[in-house]
Amino acid sequence: MTAGSPLGAPNRILPYRGAAPPRLTQSAGFRFAAFFTLMFLVAAVVLVSVMWWATAGALDRQLVAAIRADTVALTERWREGGQLALQDAIQERIALDISNEAIYLLLSDHGERLAGNLETWPAEANSDESFLRIRIMHDGIPTDARLLRRDLPGLRLLVGRDESERLQLRLTLTEGVAWSLGASLIVALLGASLIRRALDRRLEPTFVTALGIAGGDLSRRVPLSGQGDEFDRLGESMNTMLDRIESLMQGVKGVSDAIAHDLRTPIARARSKLEEGLINAQGQDELRAAMEQGIQDLDGISRIFQALLRITEAEAGARRAAFAPLDLSEMLLDVSDFYGAAAEAREQRLETDFPASLPMVGDRDLLMQAMANLLDNAVKFTPPGGVLRLTARRLEDGVVELAVSDSGPGLSAQDRARAGVRFFRAEPSRHMPGYGLGLSLVRAVAQLHGGTVLLEDAIPGASPPGLCVRLLLSGST
Amino acid sequence: MRILLVEDDAEVARFVKKGLQEAGHTVEHAGNGRDGLFLAASEQFDMLVLDRMLPGGVDGVRIVETLRGQGNRTPVLFLSALGAVDERVKGLKAGGDDYLVKPFAFAELLARVEALARRPTVDAPATRLRVADLELDLLSRTVTRSGRKIDVQPREFRLLEHLMRHAGQVVTRTMLLEKVWDYHFDPQTNVIDVHVSRLRQKLDKGFDKPLIHTVRNAGYMIRAEP
Repeated sequence: MTAGSPLGAPNRILPYRGAAPPRLTQSAGFRFAAFFTLMFLVAAVVLVSVMWWATAGALDRQLVAAIRADTVALTERWREGGQLALQDAIQERIALDISNEAIYLLLSDHGERLAGNLETWPAEANSDESFLRIRIMHDGIPTDARLLRRDLPGLRLLVGRDESERLQLRLTLTEGVAWSLGASLIVALLGASLIRRALDRRLEPTFVTALGIAGGDLSRRVPLSGQGDEFDRLGESMNTMLDRIESLMQGVKGVSDAIAHDLRTPIARARSKLEEGLINAQGQDELRAAMEQGIQDLDGISRIFQALLRITEAEAGARRAAFAPLDLSEMLLDVSDFYGAAAEAREQRLETDFPASLPMVGDRDLLMQAMANLLDNAVKFTPPGGVLRLTARRLEDGVVELAVSDSGPGLSAQDRARAGVRFFRAEPSRHMPGYGLGLSLVRAVAQLHGGTVLLEDAIPGASPPGLCVRLLLSGST
Repeated sequence: MRILLVEDDAEVARFVKKGLQEAGHTVEHAGNGRDGLFLAASEQFDMLVLDRMLPGGVDGVRIVETLRGQGNRTPVLFLSALGAVDERVKGLKAGGDDYLVKPFAFAELLARVEALARRPTVDAPATRLRVADLELDLLSRTVTRSGRKIDVQPREFRLLEHLMRHAGQVVTRTMLLEKVWDYHFDPQTNVIDVHVSRLRQKLDKGFDKPLIHTVRNAGYMIRAEP
């Protein structure tokens, strides 16, 4: 990377106020909590209904069954023993009824009271309804009762039970239900608020990170709890996204660094040459020559500019959009055509070895530029009579290997480590034309194609060892 | 030729206008997109040279799209500071015929303008190209000079074809790289020169009159007279 300010450092932190916290009804936490409360209450209501049916309902059904059974038994007695037996049975039952719940009344057709513990025939009992629930005077106390009327030939029978105790029980039950429902509501609300608090607490770091980034500090990342839950997954994907954004920003920043810093050198060179021409030129022709040189230098600067743009575009991965299927062999043929002629002109020999077809996916212009840079270097650094080699093949794992080797001076170990740094030029090459951007582009192009660049001795042990640049490009993607 | 130049930078506009006039063309200049579109739509031009980024709310791409939408097929050369590949593609897709990135050498602009003006017409495809005693047969893909067959490789054939289609016009090295090889990259060295000189050797061997001429600071030209 270039020298310059450390990449990714925040330029300034803008005072940024995030969006206002959501109103209660907008809060997702609140909505979750409300849903939770509702579910809890529905469960409680179902539970209470079942309980009610099982207790109060059962008591009621028992009472009705008891009255019916009693009536059937008395009717049986009347059939067997007539009116007197019935009267006896009633008297006996009243006498045996300790809890004083049973109610009987037997009247003759004329309205004469024959037996029972009820003073008068209630008016409601004349209705068509045989089962009644009415309020009567029982032992001088008004009570709620359930009565069953049975008409026998010449007789009218009323059998019933005092309900007041059962009603009391029912009231107690109702109270209990009300209390427990209230308690459930409180527990539900408490739980809901706990859920909301927990949600808020888990989301807070993400929120704070996002605010920090919106404020300009791109180095922030969402802290992970390590539980591997949904929130951690959200945080992880946010962090991945941020890493990507940061690397893109670095690419953009790299361009401005290059413009601000790296272009100064060639501009300074061009400027000093022009100034020198202005001061020292003797006559029209020399001045014209100096101006022509100046224009050439400016063209050189715009070429550097273009190269820098390509490098940073490639480094930032912004050129992935230009990826298309291509046949590398066709391009190798063209490039060997171009530089084979250039090598010939310098009395060098370019040997090639690549298959007839080498399909892959990539950026045609960038790959061409990378190969051109490598071959241009090779032609430049190889002495006349030397041999260049351009080879390509597909390795077993699908990786495309592209290699350019020369019989030039090669690179020393420490130069190799620095080769590919923008504007770096190894000592022996300082006098050669060039700007030191060739390998940076090759490296960036290789990275863009999911690959790497390896620098090796072309002929290990020989002197000079030559240089072999191997590009390993991922064949797919 | 009557050329419309739409360019907002006064200095570049002056320089381009002067240069084109010196080359014998009539040049109208508009300083913003709105005026440019108005002129292009209302008057007859042989060629439009458009800056891509223009003030006035109408940029170069919009002008071309509007004109093409109206069935106006005047050749368009884009002149732009937007040099990225996808910008070039955008310009050409909108209906532009060529794309030149700023900064540029005037010779390059002139060569491209004149090449565009004399593009081969689609409805009358030539099968034979001729310059002096050199003949190129597009069907049998053979080259003969004074009746003598000259062996050329396929690339050399295409190179010669391009030069001959633009006989009498300057063809720059970049134009050759783009049109003959279809690459947009910076070859660093004069890779085209080597090919042209190889072709030149083949054509001129045994003849005393050279046909391919080097135009200093510009490119190449094929023509009969020296």
